[in-house]
Amino acid sequence: MAAVVKPPEAPAAKRGGLRAWLYKRLPIEEFISTQLTGYYAPKNFNFWYYFGVLSIVVLALQLLTGIYLTMFYKPGAATSFESVQFIMREVDYGWLIRYIHSTGASAFFLVVYLHMFRALLYGSYKPPRELLWVIGMLVYIALMAEAFMGYVLPWGNMSYWAAQVIVNLFGTIPWIGPGLVEWIRGDYGIADATLNRFFALHVVAVPLALLLLVVLHLVALRRAGSNNPDGIEIKEKLGPDGHPLDGIPFHPYYTVKDTVGVGVFFVLFAIVVFFAPTLGGYFLEHANFEPANPLSTPPEITPSWYFTPFYAILRAVPNQRLGALLLLLAVIAYLFLPWLDRSPVKSMRYKGWLSRLFFALFVAAFLGLMYAGLNPPEGAFVTLGRVCAVFYFAYFVLMPVYTRLETAKPAPERVRFHAHT
Amino acid sequence: MLTRNRLTGAPRRAVLALLLVASVASAGAAAQEASGATGFGSDWHSWKAGNSVADLASLQRGARDFLNYCNACHSLQYIRYARIGQDLKIPADLLQQFLVPPTRKPTDYIASSMPAEDAVNWFGKEPPDLSLIAQERGADYLYQYLTTFYVDPSRPTGTNNLALDTTAMPDVVSQLEGLKRAVFRTVAVNGASEQVFDHFEPVVPGSLTREQFDGFARDIVNFLDYVAEPAQLHRRALGVWVVLFLLVFTWLAWLLKREYWKDVH
Amino acid sequence: MAVSGVITDGEIDVDESRRKLLVAATAAVGAVGAAFTAAAFVESWTPSESALALGAPTELDLAQVEPGQMVVTVWRRQPIYVVHRTAEMLAGLAGHDSLLKDPTSEDSDQPPYAANALRSRVPQYLVLIGTCTHLGCLPKPHFAPHDPQIGAYWPGGWLCPCHGSRFDLAGRVFEGSPASVNLRVPPYSFASARKLVIGADPA
Repeated sequence: MAAVVKPPEAPAAKRGGLRAWLYKRLPIEEFISTQLTGYYAPKNFNFWYYFGVLSIVVLALQLLTGIYLTMFYKPGAATSFESVQFIMREVDYGWLIRYIHSTGASAFFLVVYLHMFRALLYGSYKPPRELLWVIGMLVYIALMAEAFMGYVLPWGNMSYWAAQVIVNLFGTIPWIGPGLVEWIRGDYGIADATLNRFFALHVVAVPLALLLLVVLHLVALRRAGSNNPDGIEIKEKLGPDGHPLDGIPFHPYYTVKDTVGVGVFFVLFAIVVFFAPTLGGYFLEHANFEPANPLSTPPEITPSWYFTPFYAILRAVPNQRLGALLLLLAVIAYLFLPWLDRSPVKSMRYKGWLSRLFFALFVAAFLGLMYAGLNPPEGAFVTLGRVCAVFYFAYFVLMPVYTRLETAKPAPERVRFHAHT
Repeated sequence: MLTRNRLTGAPRRAVLALLLVASVASAGAAAQEASGATGFGSDWHSWKAGNSVADLASLQRGARDFLNYCNACHSLQYIRYARIGQDLKIPADLLQQFLVPPTRKPTDYIASSMPAEDAVNWFGKEPPDLSLIAQERGADYLYQYLTTFYVDPSRPTGTNNLALDTTAMPDVVSQLEGLKRAVFRTVAVNGASEQVFDHFEPVVPGSLTREQFDGFARDIVNFLDYVAEPAQLHRRALGVWVVLFLLVFTWLAWLLKREYWKDVH
Repeated sequence: MAVSGVITDGEIDVDESRRKLLVAATAAVGAVGAAFTAAAFVESWTPSESALALGAPTELDLAQVEPGQMVVTVWRRQPIYVVHRTAEMLAGLAGHDSLLKDPTSEDSDQPPYAANALRSRVPQYLVLIGTCTHLGCLPKPHFAPHDPQIGAYWPGGWLCPCHGSRFDLAGRVFEGSPASVNLRVPPYSFASARKLVIGADPA
């Protein structure tokens, strides 16, 4: 099976004066030739490989709409709720900017979860991409902090009680807990001081950290190269021109392919923004249309859907401190994956049936926890949460065992790819 | 500060569950009674507002009726008279003449006419602002609330409400709707006997027929739906164009991708 | 079948003009979409509905404005000077046209009903936007004629503290001032003999 592609054209002769002037002073040409036309990506990317670029697209959307919201939003217990209504009603297209931002928050988690699913499916966390994976997980943790603090800003009643519950989680830390909670709040309760510091963190500090981590993530990706559904290293089979036999230039092939993915994503995104911006209470919760009220907890208080798997784990344990500890472990467990996976192959395509079973159970458990967390902590939902929590952790804890016990199929020499034309 | 007197989740679900059981039990009776716009029986909790913010005439009637019947106690603190006039295509002179009180300007936000202290004295609490109530509780709930007042001598207001038990709000629409009595039945649930709502019986007729009052309630709910999110009048229309545009873009991008990927074998 | 990762030009049939067309079409449609999106964000900076609501007409009770006095009120975040001119003040407006840059207000900004020598609807009340037409400072009233600090010619008027522009009691600018046109007159009308409405032309 042969590969690919025409040689990149040498445009040097065609260059105009301004372009030549610019290229002499900025390494644009070098960037294009090493990062775009000269960056060879595996040619067998499938559906799951759209979600990396989509994460960057959503990040850009959030930064743009966030900057604009900051121009109209007024942090403060007395002004926040009102200023959000001001944005929704009196700023021209303010409603559009806010709905893009609120839908973007959920979309961000959706694409990041699918991106992580892809990494778990094809073993993208395994050597030589351990650091790439760890940086990605730090992006995810920063994103969680960003989303939580952003959720508090509208100062609706769900904002208030989300802040109350999550900040009190820090109170379960032995010895320093109570003092830490007071320090985070800056008051006897969740108050103006808390809101203002969350605002500063949400609009300046965490976005800066996120951007830095995303750049590092991309730099690490360029060094290791992309994994692919077959989980084999295309750099090991080079053609006479020194490029991978199974690689194709990122530009134009993946730029045009990703444009299609971005287009489809935008269509779905626009449908939510314009036709169902609250998405039945999942993207914007009903109780958050009531201003923050320290004397009235909303009747059905659940976090946003993207946090509910962890929330369900917290509630599954009838012990405050242990619950909080498990929640923490559930988030950071991913960091250790590169060293837990002992399989000789990367991709689920060639792993044994034990890996497939535990992975399937893990995905089902994640969705089950999400469902349990969206429902009240009663009866069957608690049981569901507990069962799912066991399978969730089993995936990580038993991984060194089952990946060694099973027999993996040999990975192929070359990637599997069928041209569509 | 808004302190709402409301049922917490668990009891409300229990009530709903009981009523569900009751509605199945009385299915035969309900079927006999299933005439009229809303039904008049124990299935009240499944009544739908069925409103549409695209219905401009309904929104205009709702605005008029809200300002006449509700605005004495309830404010709409996030919307201006002028915005309503603009969105609902009410000419400026008619707006000024019929909807804006003499002491206010069209550019003012819609305050209630009642001082807050008086409200607390009369009703025990301040009537909530209703700017966002449709987003918070949903149009169906508001419709059920407006249509399920019933006579209850044990309440200070003389009336009670199925959708919001022990509501502090008096039945201000009784002149239009008339007064009705709620008939409860005793059913056995898990060995204990419980009182569940069965049906309404008219006591005093109102000035409107049931269909007319139903329309009145629907118009007000429709108006509140609009007030909770004025942008929705334009949002969907704009969305159609955006989605169509993005589909064209995606189709072109797909053609482009297919063309380039001919190279890859 | 090629052995390297490269397909040479002869090996497959590439329609370069179709590629160029599709690239151009996709880029053009994308650019149009970006422009429309940008328009929404640009639009968000225009005055909000609440800012526009503040632009509604302002009313002033003329009983507060005693003869020979000036009252400052605000309309659209701009100071509005309202002067009750006495007979002497009005008399002082004649005779210094040669000292003015635009004595007949041909190049200046005022509603048609104020495009006259007194620059007002009725002689006794002068209504001006109090921002200097030079760079926006607020000229200070110096109503006493022949003010020795300004000059013997001075008929009474305003002196701008920033760059020294001088205006008479009809808001007309004197030669030698950095401002080139007269003080602007806002639209206004009288709802009754005592009530001035600034920002609304007469119905």
